[in-house]
Amino acid sequence: MKKALLLAAALAVTTSASAAGKLEIFSWWSGDEGPALEALIKLYKAKYPSVTVDNATVSGGAGTNAKAVLKTRMLGGTPPDSFQAHAGQELIGTWVVAGRMEDLSGLFKSEGWNKVFPKDLVKLISSKGGTWSVPVNVHRSNVMWYNPAKLKAWGVTAPKTWPEFLKTCSTLKAKGVAAPLVVGENWTQQHLWESVMIGTIGAANWENLWAGKLKFTDPKVVGGFTTFGKVMDCANKDASGLSWQQASDRIISGQSAFNVMGDWAAGYFTTTKKLTPMGGFGWAPAPGTTKTFVMLADSFGLPKGAKDRAEAMNWLKILGSKAGQDAFNPLKGSIAARTDSDLSKYNTYSRSAAADWKSNKIVGSLVHGAVAPESFTSAFGAIIDQFVASKNSAGAAAAAQQLAVRAGISK
Amino acid sequence: MKGLSKDRLWSIAVLTPSIILIAVFVYGFIARSVYVSMTDWGNDPAQALALNPIIRWVGFTNYQDLFTGFLQGRFRQELVSTIFFTLFFILGCLGLGLGLALILDRNPRGEGLWRTIFLFPMSLSFIVTGTIWRWMLQPEGGVNQAPTLFGGQSGTFAWLSSTDAILKFDWNKLPLLTASVVGLVLVVMAVRAARSGDRTRTLVAGACAALLFLWALFIGPNVKLLPAPELHGFNLALIGIIIAAVWQMSGYTMALYLAGLRGIPEELREAAKVDGANDLGMYQHVIFPLLAPITLSAMIVLGHISLKIFDLVYAMAGPDNIATSVPALNMYLTSFRQNQFALGAAIGTILLILVAFVIVPYLASQFRTEEGHA
Repeated sequence: MKKALLLAAALAVTTSASAAGKLEIFSWWSGDEGPALEALIKLYKAKYPSVTVDNATVSGGAGTNAKAVLKTRMLGGTPPDSFQAHAGQELIGTWVVAGRMEDLSGLFKSEGWNKVFPKDLVKLISSKGGTWSVPVNVHRSNVMWYNPAKLKAWGVTAPKTWPEFLKTCSTLKAKGVAAPLVVGENWTQQHLWESVMIGTIGAANWENLWAGKLKFTDPKVVGGFTTFGKVMDCANKDASGLSWQQASDRIISGQSAFNVMGDWAAGYFTTTKKLTPMGGFGWAPAPGTTKTFVMLADSFGLPKGAKDRAEAMNWLKILGSKAGQDAFNPLKGSIAARTDSDLSKYNTYSRSAAADWKSNKIVGSLVHGAVAPESFTSAFGAIIDQFVASKNSAGAAAAAQQLAVRAGISK
Repeated sequence: MKGLSKDRLWSIAVLTPSIILIAVFVYGFIARSVYVSMTDWGNDPAQALALNPIIRWVGFTNYQDLFTGFLQGRFRQELVSTIFFTLFFILGCLGLGLGLALILDRNPRGEGLWRTIFLFPMSLSFIVTGTIWRWMLQPEGGVNQAPTLFGGQSGTFAWLSSTDAILKFDWNKLPLLTASVVGLVLVVMAVRAARSGDRTRTLVAGACAALLFLWALFIGPNVKLLPAPELHGFNLALIGIIIAAVWQMSGYTMALYLAGLRGIPEELREAAKVDGANDLGMYQHVIFPLLAPITLSAMIVLGHISLKIFDLVYAMAGPDNIATSVPALNMYLTSFRQNQFALGAAIGTILLILVAFVIVPYLASQFRTEEGHA
């Protein structure tokens, strides 16, 4: 009897809670990134205290596990109220083309976001007349990291173009640096590839490439592959065994001179390695990409058929707000997607990135899902791997073109 | 109605649920996968994850793509890698397991302890083994640092990250190679049949072999699977993975062999000794032949493990490392990262066929012997 009463009471409590509203947020932010997400949830709870927030995090680097779980949930007809996805084609090419997402352009209009988010960014997260996700943060991918003291000792400076880089590379090799450039496992090589390609063909051609206006088999792009091959000749031979952190370590130890990596490396250098910006580690835009900001962003979208749509909309509003972005980003080590963020909350590196964000040309990153759907990026990894072994530029370009056709990027 | 005794009814009632479950969840799903592999599900990104995807029947296109498609070089390399991996993995496990078993069979001191130590790796999962060996095979880690303990130079071999390959061959020569291998087998069969005096068999096998060789000589060289030569071989990065896999599974073969050795009656050994066999002769003519069935079962078990291997490679070299990739890994990535469900199903079907090549003859021989006993 007692048990039955308790059960009834428990049921009553849960039903009343659901009446007050519920919100399920699906992400892969656990561990180091957990506190940043918690800050957002705290902000949400302060504004909507009656809503129960369910933080459905599936841990695993870059969301590999979360994306598989998400797929089963979406295909099974129980989508989360709002889920994390890399902003751009990774979401558009997977879920938007399948007709599974709600258009958020109304929300962008009513919140006035079209004015505070850079135009280039809004273009990247839009397609077919819709805008599909709310970016919470921005990372930059085209940054070249180095060790200022070591560069001084070797008597070189950070190169400004890729041909200059190759010259610096041979200088360093002559001085006994076996691998002037350090790369890590496959995705970091793709990461390097996009910086080389943008630095070779330019930002405008990069955009054309993903708009299907420039073919991969174009001599310019093939030339980019050739440059990439030469750049890889400057790199360490044990790449596929290194994580990006281990690759960054070689900059600090002076085993290698340069590393092209996203700006999460700044967080690693300052937080984990306790180094000072421009003292223990230095940075410059990747060669040939000065005045270009290759961006990637985490964003949240609204799947069709979300159970708590109203609460999810409120959540998205918090994400796009100035308060939300400034609560989240200093903890995450990224910068706000909005151009009006409070820079006093950020560290030295982030401030320089935020300044570039406002003034530079913004293009999307390939390896981090902004310009191509996952089906392309994943298979492109194999092309890069084969290219690094064979150095056959024309072959790699032809394969990439076929992939682009298959993924619907090019005709 | 002699068949429908109470016992029979009971057994039917008890077995029916599992028969239905297996029919649906094993054979039904196999059939479904094979069906999906012959459609275009996922080739169009807009249809891959749609609510009601439009799926068209395309027959064997996906298979053709895998074996001859320009973009599927990775899969072909994986097939070649799997063959090499299986070969070296089985040889390693059998050799090491037999060696350990022979040593333990001589009743060394602390035999129980040794047995536990050698068998212990098997109790770990491949993920754990893979993670540990990944650390040890880091370019500047464990194994490469070992020589410095004895004052030597640290090694430089890139265990898991090497991109070099040996024993390379052109994929275009595959029909030729296959025809030659099958032809050789047929020749052996013909010779055997001739020895045992089976004339029709000799003639059929001989004629087939001759036909194959003729084809291989005159038509084979003109068959072009791919527009350009594509070299595949044994990637040196696989060596690290083979070592880890052998480390994990050789305890199992040791246990099998040890049981086999202990099962050989003492009388046989004594009889051999009385007949004047020395140690070597006894092993060669008495013990090893008696261990042959154990070798066969070990080969079957190890063979299907190695064809399906996924977790060890994922843990050791990551999913995106072509030099060490295997078909199971590619199947996962193709289906669940690229959303190419049909292509993934095709890879799965090929894996199933490969495993069936290993398992079915074994099962057939098992059933035959069981019937023989009954």
